[in-house]
Amino acid sequence: MNRNRYRLLSIPYVIWVIGFTLIPILFILIRALTDDGGAFTLTNIVAIFSPLHRKALIMSLCLAFISTLICIILAYPVALILRGSRIKKKNIILFILILPMWMNFILRILAMQMLISNNGIINHILELAGLSPMNIINTPRAIVLGMVYDYLPYMLLPVLNSILSIPEDVIEAAKDLGSDKFHVLTRIIIPLSLTGVGSGITMVFVPSMTEFVIANILGGGKIQLLGNIIEQEFTVSMNWNLGSGLSVSLMAFVLITSFIFGRNNESTATGITI
Amino acid sequence: MISKTLGKIYIALIMIFLYAPIGVLIVLSFNDSRSRVVWGGFTLDWYTSLLNNSTIMKALGTTFGLALSSALIASVLGVLGAIGIYSMRQKGYKLMLFATNIPMINADIVTGIALLLWFVRFLPLGFTSVLLAHVTFNIPYVILCVLPKLKDMDIYQYEAALDLGAKESYAFIHILLPQILPGVLSGFLMAVTMSMDDFVITYFTKGAGVNTLSTLIYGQIRKGIKPEIYV
Repeated sequence: MNRNRYRLLSIPYVIWVIGFTLIPILFILIRALTDDGGAFTLTNIVAIFSPLHRKALIMSLCLAFISTLICIILAYPVALILRGSRIKKKNIILFILILPMWMNFILRILAMQMLISNNGIINHILELAGLSPMNIINTPRAIVLGMVYDYLPYMLLPVLNSILSIPEDVIEAAKDLGSDKFHVLTRIIIPLSLTGVGSGITMVFVPSMTEFVIANILGGGKIQLLGNIIEQEFTVSMNWNLGSGLSVSLMAFVLITSFIFGRNNESTATGITI
Repeated sequence: MISKTLGKIYIALIMIFLYAPIGVLIVLSFNDSRSRVVWGGFTLDWYTSLLNNSTIMKALGTTFGLALSSALIASVLGVLGAIGIYSMRQKGYKLMLFATNIPMINADIVTGIALLLWFVRFLPLGFTSVLLAHVTFNIPYVILCVLPKLKDMDIYQYEAALDLGAKESYAFIHILLPQILPGVLSGFLMAVTMSMDDFVITYFTKGAGVNTLSTLIYGQIRKGIKPEIYV
């Protein structure tokens, strides 16, 4: 009856969505599909396959893939261990694990840089211990390290949520029916946690795929990721059409991954934080 | 037993990995030497010089002001939007939920650029453009926090209040709002955090002269950083 009137409450939001989400996307599409003069062209979109950009694309894909994989490998055992332990402090531990997210992300990367740079703290300690210093700053490894460090909480949160919310009864039932530990893990825990892993993958892969800050700070500007190239097109080269074209291609890649790993279910991630 | 200990060690290691860099930052903020490595004694000098550094204080003010105001606007619009979406029919509901998800799924860099391309048409880049951008990516968090609360809410209480003669505004404030308040609060907090943490979107939509802490630090990294920032 008065439902119709309540729908009106969302009008400001609808206007906002149209004005600040849909129209900007339309703009970036138009820019991407036109050249300087405004004529229709596909060159900016296809530009992603030019040798220079293709190299950056492959690099971005590889680094993002490796970082995501490491995040899963690191986060999954934490969830299993926490599930297995009887401690009541689970929520506190969870809170401590995701707390770094609350800290400014540039600062965290900066801290990482100080730790691993050539005259940084880790090398200083290694020297004191009489070991040869390691040389990882300005290499792809440094970028992966930075990404893992930065995005691990985004993987931990959904994975922990999904694993901790598997009811104990299900596992008990499986055990009663004769499953051993390995079976419980592969047949029950892993399948039931896939949604969490899926949203974790999206939450790690998408930002690391499109990253340019970490690559700039930890990669010393020597390693070009797709994000760096797009950023430079906008801030240095001022070729906005090409930048838009590359962004649209990037968006396509992002959408493909989101589809592969299921809908980005961020509610599983945000649900427990407060 | 052994596996339990191993488990604890593993979790401890992950925590060290996550906290060591932050710990280093905190230690360095008390360090009396300019070098990043050498410990020159305990000092609070950087804290006092921070308070006297107008650029940093201004950026700090911008950051907080931006976070609070964008979160506030996003909360108001988000709550109204969530109630509206909640009472929509299936089709509109799905459509709006999809639109809400766009800024969250979309990469920051794409959102930032898209907003930049749009803003340059009608708005000088500056505090306002950054504020609009922040509200845009904050609203989804509010909506996604409030919607579940609306679904769990007992709608009959609200209708009963109306049947018993309560005015709509009264019922809204005394019955509906308290029930969704936890969702609104967590949405607000999420929005504040996201806004303070954001770098990429701010970077693209800010004009010259406006700096949040993130962009200020990023700018300074190239020039070499003073320990004040760590504070």
